[in-house]
Amino acid sequence: MSQPFLQWVDGKGIPDICYIIYFLLDGPRWIQRHRHTFEEQNGIGDALSFGTLHSCIQVDASSAGARRVAFKPDCRRLSDSTGLLSRPIDRTSLHETALTVWPPPFQRSSKRRGCVAMDTESTYSGYSYYSGRSRGSHRHGERSRDRHKSRSKDSRSEKSVTINTPPAEPLLGDSSVRGEQVQDDNWGETTTAITGTSEHSLSQEDIVRITKDLEDSVGLNCRRYLTRILAVILGVLVLLTPLAFLVLPHLLWPDKLQKCGTACEGLYISIAFKLLILLLAVWGLFFRPPRASLPRVFAFRALLSVLVLLFVISYWLFYAVRILEAQDADYQGIVQYAVSLVDALLFIHYLAVVLLELRQLQPCFSVCVTRSTDGETRHYNLGQLSIQQAALAIIEHYYSDFPVHNPALLSASKSRAAKHLAGLKVYNVDGPGPGNNPAAGLAHSQSRAMIAAAARRRDTSHNELYYEEAEHERRVRKRKARLVVAVEEAFTHIKRMQEEEQKKSPGDVMDPREAAQAIFPSMARALQKYLRTTKQQHCHSMESIQQHLAFCITNNMTPKAFLESYLTPGPTLQYSRDRWLARQWTLISEASVTSGLRDGTVFLLKCVDFSLVIAAKKIPFVQMSEEYIDPKSHKFVLRLQSETSV
Amino acid sequence: MSFVPGQPVTAVVERIEIQKLSQGPNLVLGFCIGGGIDQDPGQNPFSDDKADKGIYVTRVSPGGPADVAGLKIGDKIMQVNGWDMTVVTHDQARKKLTKKNEHVVRLLVTRKTLEEAVKQSMSRPGPS
Repeated sequence: MSQPFLQWVDGKGIPDICYIIYFLLDGPRWIQRHRHTFEEQNGIGDALSFGTLHSCIQVDASSAGARRVAFKPDCRRLSDSTGLLSRPIDRTSLHETALTVWPPPFQRSSKRRGCVAMDTESTYSGYSYYSGRSRGSHRHGERSRDRHKSRSKDSRSEKSVTINTPPAEPLLGDSSVRGEQVQDDNWGETTTAITGTSEHSLSQEDIVRITKDLEDSVGLNCRRYLTRILAVILGVLVLLTPLAFLVLPHLLWPDKLQKCGTACEGLYISIAFKLLILLLAVWGLFFRPPRASLPRVFAFRALLSVLVLLFVISYWLFYAVRILEAQDADYQGIVQYAVSLVDALLFIHYLAVVLLELRQLQPCFSVCVTRSTDGETRHYNLGQLSIQQAALAIIEHYYSDFPVHNPALLSASKSRAAKHLAGLKVYNVDGPGPGNNPAAGLAHSQSRAMIAAAARRRDTSHNELYYEEAEHERRVRKRKARLVVAVEEAFTHIKRMQEEEQKKSPGDVMDPREAAQAIFPSMARALQKYLRTTKQQHCHSMESIQQHLAFCITNNMTPKAFLESYLTPGPTLQYSRDRWLARQWTLISEASVTSGLRDGTVFLLKCVDFSLVIAAKKIPFVQMSEEYIDPKSHKFVLRLQSETSV
Repeated sequence: MSFVPGQPVTAVVERIEIQKLSQGPNLVLGFCIGGGIDQDPGQNPFSDDKADKGIYVTRVSPGGPADVAGLKIGDKIMQVNGWDMTVVTHDQARKKLTKKNEHVVRLLVTRKTLEEAVKQSMSRPGPS
């Protein structure tokens, strides 16, 4: 299936309509695949040619045990901060998401290849650190596309990663690739040998900085501009068609045309106003600033544009055949034809409003959104949306509802978990038997033994947890009391100056910023200690605290109001952008992301540090019946004593 | 029917035997009682002495076992199956009447017409 696509791009062959639709629905992957295939087949390409597209390497562990390296360009790297990437994955590959492995294979592969490619290798592998984290899904998307196209260029099994020779090393060619494919049992030994011997190794901060720069720059965002351009072309076509219908007879056969009087003029006026209304309506509905870039094309919009296109084409066909060729003299008929076109376009616009806006307003599903790291849960009501739209709505809710993600709060449970595991070690006394002890059975019995031993051991970690938490609570309350007192005292030192005083003593007058700076030192220590105890110190910088203080002073807020934003962690939007830890989102879903939400749909929104697990439930159908009570039937008697019937 | 504190209560009573009717899982007698030492005696419409905290019959369902046995509305129940009903709480009275293992209740009830009838028969000259 890839072959015809290449032919189309090369200029040979006719575009196949199915491929166009496929392209629309899954465009970026086609671009990636095409570029990759094209350049590989033609033997061109080198690391630098992909540099502008910011290629990334996936280094993943497959369940078959072989370590493979995949390489693909990615133009979506340059999308803006709320770019969503999707990958449809099947059940077998769900576990592999967690197995992205970085440094060990990186070092091993660099040892494998010759010294010639050492520096370029390490550059790629440096990228792999970051890309593996956030783009762990590309591989899966590739695989599912491969299934459709049944391409056997890459030798791979169902569960493993695609192998692509990086075009940066045409010299090494086959030998290294073949070497890669052989399973290496000694990889553990080779990993320790090489660390940082290459000249171009990148550190983690460099990678993050580069990514940030690329994110902030307005790079190529092929999909978005393409959609915009198509929409504008369609709009211009739609607008000019009725005018063309009216003008063409005058140009082509002006002498044959019948004069039509006031009726036509009335129709001209109606066309003009309807076109104006259509123009405003289209501008209002379609030309709004986009909130996000979604992974797949919005199905309803595509459907509507196809409908409009077909509609206009059929009108043109009829016009061309019946009117232009026959050179119809009845001008009023032509004008009425144009009016009918504009009316039908207005109705299609009404259809667009209903499908795109109104249909999803009525709440139909209740979704439960849980953050995977600390369990924060919220429930929202959504209408009939596609999965990607629902994900977008949930992300927007996330920014304003969920308290900011604080990785410092999770370290305690991790250390406890480590302590649980560290207590027991399992030794296999018998040694590996000759084939009668398969690895799976051994591991199974080992884990059972560990569980049994852990259950028997008298564990006092719950005791420690209890006392630790009580101690922490006490400490936090003590610090909070000190903080409140310090802030209240600081606020008493300044006073808003009245108008008449301003005229009397113009000396020593401060604006809010200076006033904030003046009283900040007296509360700084207490505030810092409190933030350290509640592990929030990385969320607030001194500059931001002073700004907030100036803001509170300006608006006559009390010390309690000033402290409120530090006592409880607020929603993510409240903090500055670099503290969000949640900017690039990946949508992970088993169903196709353009399909609608259904009862029991589960999908994930993955961020670098955490993920949101979303489960949808249908709001039940409400069966309501009525009962009539006659107002006259409300009669009462006095109850003299309590009566019991026996 | 009033009583003088410290003196034994005397009243003319009628003996009424009611067979309980089984309605589904319950045994019903077919009347309602009101009153008791934990209730407000001033609200009782059937008592002469508004300080009387005895158990009174407030309703008799027509055709029920109580009606058939001759219980009238406004009767004061003095004894049920030998248990005293003059100084009991409302709930105790209910329990004594609705024992599940008894199918017959023998009540001693009194009403004003009984006393008057006795007085009349006593004041009338006897046939001799």
